[in-house]
Amino acid sequence: MPKVTVDGIEVEVEAGATLLQACEAAGVEIPRFCYHERLSIAGNCRMCLVEVEKSPKPVASCAMPAADGAVVRTTTEVVKRAREGVMEFLLINHPLDCPICDQGGECDLQDQAVAYGTDGSRYHENKRAVEEKYMGPLVKTVMTRCIQCTRCVRFATEVAGTPEIGAIGRGEDMEITTYLEHTLTSELSANVVDLCPVGALTFRPFAFTARPWELRKTESVDVMDAVGSNIRVDTRGREVMRILPRLNEDVNEEWISDKTRFIWDGLKTQRLDRPYIREDGKLREASWDEAFAAVAAKLKDARAERIGAIVGDLAAAEEMKALKDLWAKLGSANIDCRQDGAKLGGARSSYIFNSTIAGIEQADVILIIGSDPRREAPVLNARIRKRFRAGGLKVGVIGPRHDLTYPYEHLGAGTQTLGELVAGKGFAEALKSAKNAMIIVGQGALTRKDGAAVLAASIALAKSTGAAFNVLHTAAARVGGLDLGLVPGAGGRDVAGILDGASKGEIDVVYLLGADEIDMEKLGSAFVIYQGTHGDAGAHRADVILPGAAYTEKAGLYANTEGRVQRGQRAAFPPGDAREDWTILRALSGALGATLAYDNLEQIRAAIVADAPQFAEIDMVVAAGDLPDLPAGELDAAPFETPVKDFYLTNPIARASKVMAECSARVAATKRVQAAE
Amino acid sequence: MSVRRLAANQPESFAFTPENLEWANGQIAKYPSGRQASAIIPLFWRAQKQAGGWLPEPAIRHVADLLGMDYIRALEVATFYTMFNLSPVGEHFVQLCGTTPCWLRGADELKDACRKHIGPEGQVSADGKLSWLEVECLGACANAPMVQINDDFFEDLDAAKLGEILESLRAGRAVKPGPQNGRHSSEPLGGPTTLTSFTETK
Repeated sequence: MPKVTVDGIEVEVEAGATLLQACEAAGVEIPRFCYHERLSIAGNCRMCLVEVEKSPKPVASCAMPAADGAVVRTTTEVVKRAREGVMEFLLINHPLDCPICDQGGECDLQDQAVAYGTDGSRYHENKRAVEEKYMGPLVKTVMTRCIQCTRCVRFATEVAGTPEIGAIGRGEDMEITTYLEHTLTSELSANVVDLCPVGALTFRPFAFTARPWELRKTESVDVMDAVGSNIRVDTRGREVMRILPRLNEDVNEEWISDKTRFIWDGLKTQRLDRPYIREDGKLREASWDEAFAAVAAKLKDARAERIGAIVGDLAAAEEMKALKDLWAKLGSANIDCRQDGAKLGGARSSYIFNSTIAGIEQADVILIIGSDPRREAPVLNARIRKRFRAGGLKVGVIGPRHDLTYPYEHLGAGTQTLGELVAGKGFAEALKSAKNAMIIVGQGALTRKDGAAVLAASIALAKSTGAAFNVLHTAAARVGGLDLGLVPGAGGRDVAGILDGASKGEIDVVYLLGADEIDMEKLGSAFVIYQGTHGDAGAHRADVILPGAAYTEKAGLYANTEGRVQRGQRAAFPPGDAREDWTILRALSGALGATLAYDNLEQIRAAIVADAPQFAEIDMVVAAGDLPDLPAGELDAAPFETPVKDFYLTNPIARASKVMAECSARVAATKRVQAAE
Repeated sequence: MSVRRLAANQPESFAFTPENLEWANGQIAKYPSGRQASAIIPLFWRAQKQAGGWLPEPAIRHVADLLGMDYIRALEVATFYTMFNLSPVGEHFVQLCGTTPCWLRGADELKDACRKHIGPEGQVSADGKLSWLEVECLGACANAPMVQINDDFFEDLDAAKLGEILESLRAGRAVKPGPQNGRHSSEPLGGPTTLTSFTETK
């Protein structure tokens, strides 16, 4: 391992490391624009120049391998003047429009100009102006500000796997654009804005709405998919202004999907801000007491086997625990957290992503069954692509063909292929001979009628080949719900059973905890209580609406697809009379005379931990035990389908978001054009 | 050099003729598998010839498809090299050297001649026969001022001679490439001053 001396500090770095990394290891800050540790090295901004002994000129430290015995100096006059010179060059054409630039206050160029630049310029010629470039509804461009660092080009090509951004022209006339200004199609596209060191790429929906120094930052967790990306929610007053990624190497690295990022306008529209009661077919505003009285009147009289509860995709562990305990007090076994009907439950190892997301980087063979990770979990898909780029990865897919941004072998469309693999044919050989094989089963394979049989076959395949077994969830609430045991008790009805019962008149009262993705028609004449945040399908059908808090408005625990429990924080208050969800259930339990035994967050969390000890290990993955032996069932020959039909509209918050609607319409329009061709 | 844009009016489609396609496949075969993109410049050049001296947008996509490249990568190459014309040119495309030696020797007069006989820079004449563009040094400074018309150099020019050449081309008459002032190559104007005689070596 080479030893490098940086400003008199000797550090040992890994072979192949660059001088810049050596400087960082020595605790010396090197300014940079084009260099980014997750992208390939470009070496075109020249800001990272340092002086190296025996080198006649300053060298770009980001592109120079650290040689053993190299002596680097970063505080000399040569380096200072080199940085000033580069900064002066960068500012020849960069407009000084910081007061009207959205990047102002969090701009690398601004910060570094102050730290490393001079106070003036010797250039008095007119600045270059660049025509605007369209990149779609999410990324706003002011290309005159671009300093051609090409981070966005490299991100789109390398990380996102959608090589759409490029640099056309050359020299002073070089311009960053997409092919003929087409819209970016990546689900991760807005990360280029985070990467942009200047204000050339900014968030279009966020344009001119707030300044970074006005915002209060709350570290939280995303619930748009089951990855549990770490986010930072920026608020001003009661309003969520924007959402940014937070670094977590084990989960999302530093990327988040466009849905995670641009959901915020959905948090402000279509909100349920007070209780409602349906009278004569019309919803009317009501007080909490009236609403609880109406619920109590129905629930108290109903027989335990004639009530049911369904939990939606965005619920935190707290409200699921409260609902489960309330249903237990009412004596009902009809409760289910799997509104999509996934045949999951039982042993924990059979429903979590056992390999962990970071573990994807050790895999050499991956079999994807009934899943489209690019739409179901874009950040996780980026991890698979990262592994693919490292070389030597073999991917097989059973299910529909999708562009996953990396090549794969399409093995078949459905269960027939899976059956062949279980019998040891074809791809099973690759799984068996691999050192670290992974099987990823998606909800498209598990939400079918034969989901249990598919699960059993997949687990059998994992056992016979020694591959790690993983379930990729699409709902943030699911693993938490399964961990807490929100599945039908003995003789209880699951989602299908509750809906079936309601349409036949065997179920009188249905409690929907944020469940909007079920067929409301099937609820028949049942009395429906909807507790949730948005005026979506559930609220339209409801007889009583209890307004809850969205994920940015409550403290909550969420277990992601790995079973990693993460803590969401309250960044803003719920609107109007809406309350944190578990407190609603706690208050309702009082009105029903079945008071739940916790009065504050600490107590309910203690109760959760008592049920599922892994909830005490925040941010950790608690390994599940061995895979269970499941009885093989009959497989249906129908091909697998992906559960995420429209990436941008998967939950009530997304469906209330104008930005998401625009993205969805744009995708639909592109599909129409492609179909016409 | 200034910002270069794709032409507003583009043909519906582009495809190599069978002969060109065969030639293109020959070029692609020169490179090891996985490196087919290396053939992009010769393919663009052939496409430009086939399309009449310029590279239409469908041709960029056609070549990118042939080479398995992303469209934006091909567009980067097409816009980087000024040898690829992104908008239509005349049947006889005049590239006029305006760099210092030619400029000192009267390139400005040649430009005036072009404006007179062809029209504004970068525009195809009404009959479609001619267009002109000022370019950087073409490497014939010893014979300045000069222009390149399609594949040939026309050197030692003045405004009258260039006008004559342009009108001949327009009328379809044959023109002689090379120096236009009687020189054979780049020897001194009045004939050689050194190496005037040959000595047989024994």
